[in-house]
Amino acid sequence: MNGTMAALRRLEWERHAALVALLVLSVASALLSPFFLQWQNLLNIVRQVSYTGIIALGMTYIIVSGGIDLSVGSMAALVGSLAVLALDAAVGAGWGEGAAVTVAVACAVVAGLVCGLANGLLVTKGRIAPFIVTLGTMAIFRSVSLYMANAGEFRSDSSLFGELGSAAPLGVPLPAIVLVALAAALSFVFHRTRYGRYTRAVGSNARVARYSAIDVDATRLAAYTLTGLLVGISAALIAMRFNSVGSSTLGINYELDAIAAVIIGGTAMTGGRGTIWGTVIGAITLGVINNMLNMVGISPYLQGTVKGLVIIGAVFIQRQRQ
Amino acid sequence: MATPLVRARALRKEFAGHAVLRDVDVEMRRGEILGVIGENGAGKSTLVKILAGIHRPTSGTLEIDGRPASFHSPADARRAGVSLVPQEFNLAPDLSVEENVFLGAEVLTGRRTLDRTGMRARTAALLAELGANVSADERIDRLSAAQKQLVEVCKALAFEASLLILDEPTTMLTRREIDRLFAVMRALRERGMALVYVSHKLAEVKAVCDRVIVLKDGELVRESAIADIEPPEMARAMVGRELKEIYPTERGSAGDVVLEVRGLSSPGAFHDVSFTARAGEIVGFAGLVGAGRTELAEAIMGLRPASGTVHVGGVDARSRNAREAVRRGLGYLSEDRAGTGVLPGFPIAENVTLVSLRDYCRLGPVVDRRRESEKARTWRERFGIKAPDLDAPLESLSGGNQQKVSLAKTLDPAPRVVIVDEPTRGVDVAAKQEIYRFLADLAAHGAAIVLVSSELEEIIGMCDRVLVMREGRVAGELAGDAVGEREIMYLATGLQTAGATA
Repeated sequence: MNGTMAALRRLEWERHAALVALLVLSVASALLSPFFLQWQNLLNIVRQVSYTGIIALGMTYIIVSGGIDLSVGSMAALVGSLAVLALDAAVGAGWGEGAAVTVAVACAVVAGLVCGLANGLLVTKGRIAPFIVTLGTMAIFRSVSLYMANAGEFRSDSSLFGELGSAAPLGVPLPAIVLVALAAALSFVFHRTRYGRYTRAVGSNARVARYSAIDVDATRLAAYTLTGLLVGISAALIAMRFNSVGSSTLGINYELDAIAAVIIGGTAMTGGRGTIWGTVIGAITLGVINNMLNMVGISPYLQGTVKGLVIIGAVFIQRQRQ
Repeated sequence: MATPLVRARALRKEFAGHAVLRDVDVEMRRGEILGVIGENGAGKSTLVKILAGIHRPTSGTLEIDGRPASFHSPADARRAGVSLVPQEFNLAPDLSVEENVFLGAEVLTGRRTLDRTGMRARTAALLAELGANVSADERIDRLSAAQKQLVEVCKALAFEASLLILDEPTTMLTRREIDRLFAVMRALRERGMALVYVSHKLAEVKAVCDRVIVLKDGELVRESAIADIEPPEMARAMVGRELKEIYPTERGSAGDVVLEVRGLSSPGAFHDVSFTARAGEIVGFAGLVGAGRTELAEAIMGLRPASGTVHVGGVDARSRNAREAVRRGLGYLSEDRAGTGVLPGFPIAENVTLVSLRDYCRLGPVVDRRRESEKARTWRERFGIKAPDLDAPLESLSGGNQQKVSLAKTLDPAPRVVIVDEPTRGVDVAAKQEIYRFLADLAAHGAAIVLVSSELEEIIGMCDRVLVMREGRVAGELAGDAVGEREIMYLATGLQTAGATA
């Protein structure tokens, strides 16, 4: 009986560890700076983390299924470039702004989907390790977008596009709304549907999954494709925010932030276990850390050090618990 | 008589209170090859692992050259001159032969660097002595199984072993390679080494050993000079024991043919296997480890490429993957519960529905968790699974209960043909008895059951018909009163004629 209680307590802690850490950080930040709790500051944090947060949702599926995707940042640059090109082409052809923006978003989503599908096919049909595949496509996606823009940037010709970037219905920034809506939907898929269960089973033990009549390749392929699609959505939102896409700047280090969010959120790097909301909390945690360091006046060059320590600390705690 | 090299007295090994080796007295002498035979689980591996320092005995003593010895690790045993060539080779595939031979005991020069010239010369000399056509620089992963074996032997010689233990060394070798190995073994014997040869293959034991001991249920039941014992007698000593009444006695009659396999072959695993199973029938597959039975089951389930035909209820059921096989009414309980069977970290209920999850979905892919947990409760009652909370991870259950969950997982899609592979491995007697009852019950309700097992007792107690496989082929089929331990053993080891006259 005592053992059961101890197990229960451990389980609860595991489920809420990321949330507790975030609360502690927030309290510390509030004490360190009176500005932290200001509504505008909080909204800023949420907006900043939304772009990588959306990508991290897909990364959760990939990591839980036992894979990794290093290409998401480069993919965002490529996909964002294509979206702005499509936007400008539509505007140039005399289309209405609404239609042009729709075309741009659709283009980003479809291009992201295709890129993710390519990653997934190389991993499953090509039988190449995900790390290698996405290391390769990371270089390819970045290089193609640099070539297209001649290392410069694509400016949007639509003012509506840029306005959407700062849109905040009911005071909440658009990307944050998208993040929460997607997280809710993907959390449902993760915990309540066959596909979510299969993703965990495949990451837990792919051989058991195969012997249990589960289509391992299809499950993995879906995770990479989903992530590509989410990169498309994220890239469109960032392009709106700047009303342009910088081929050499957009998406830099996104893969690291996305993976960090997933891990801080309590997802096992070895696969088989994780939660979507944990990843959202992980992403916000990273945002709060950045924000706090800015307010306290620590050199931006040192922010990476803190981020790195937090990631390593999160995994260390995971390891201790096992 | 001279002092034996190794003398073991009253060696006993218990795992969690269960004795797997019971007070065995045995000695190994210089210039002699000792055969150790017995069924799976008879304690052969445990005995050699104690000798090699991998396990420590629960009680009993070891003497080497008349002096008491106690090994805390394989390194201790190696220093005392005992080397084991394990069934699964212990070689680093990316390193060279020479690097492997001296791995962990590298010879250094005066300047604390590796004495590569010296080690290479020594390795080359040993390889030449063994008549191995292998270069000391070759990488291990480029060698054949037989060559790797010689590298293991070479490793033992480099450490000046005086006792060399070979655990099932010939399972992966061809006839000619086996002859070469035997020649090497005899040469080592002439040099005054003591050798221990653990095997299933009785004819080989007869051919190469000087003395043989038979283990059964952890006890030494027979010891004999090789001249005084013939393979049929060895087989009898290995299996001779009474059947306990743990098998269901009432069995219905068989109905129509449900499973029909014709000319199924999978290169390197099994060849031209044909058989049928009727509704209500339990068909057994017996044979030695490596005879191709598990591979056959996997091929039927679409988990391994094969040629030939499979029909279920007269309909073509050849499958490219397990999904197709399940859809066509096949179910498989794999022999390796941890490796291919269940997910220990997943809740019990989710393990039960792993194969049949599709049946619990509504609105397309949404899992109806209420129906799922209802079904898990049904299985818990039906199988008497001792689990208070079905949302608890599977790993919180005992081995026997995990096996019942695994079986529930296999049966949940209601297959017409159920292939169970070693269904009672690592399970206590009570759970065994229950599993036998479920299988008999399943057959009574019209399923065709294929039982793959290395436990002869189980095969004889459960099956209506038994196919015996040897080296990837069906060596024979036994039915009714002809199903006996001796008959199966003779077919499995290829000693049928000897058995008929014995």
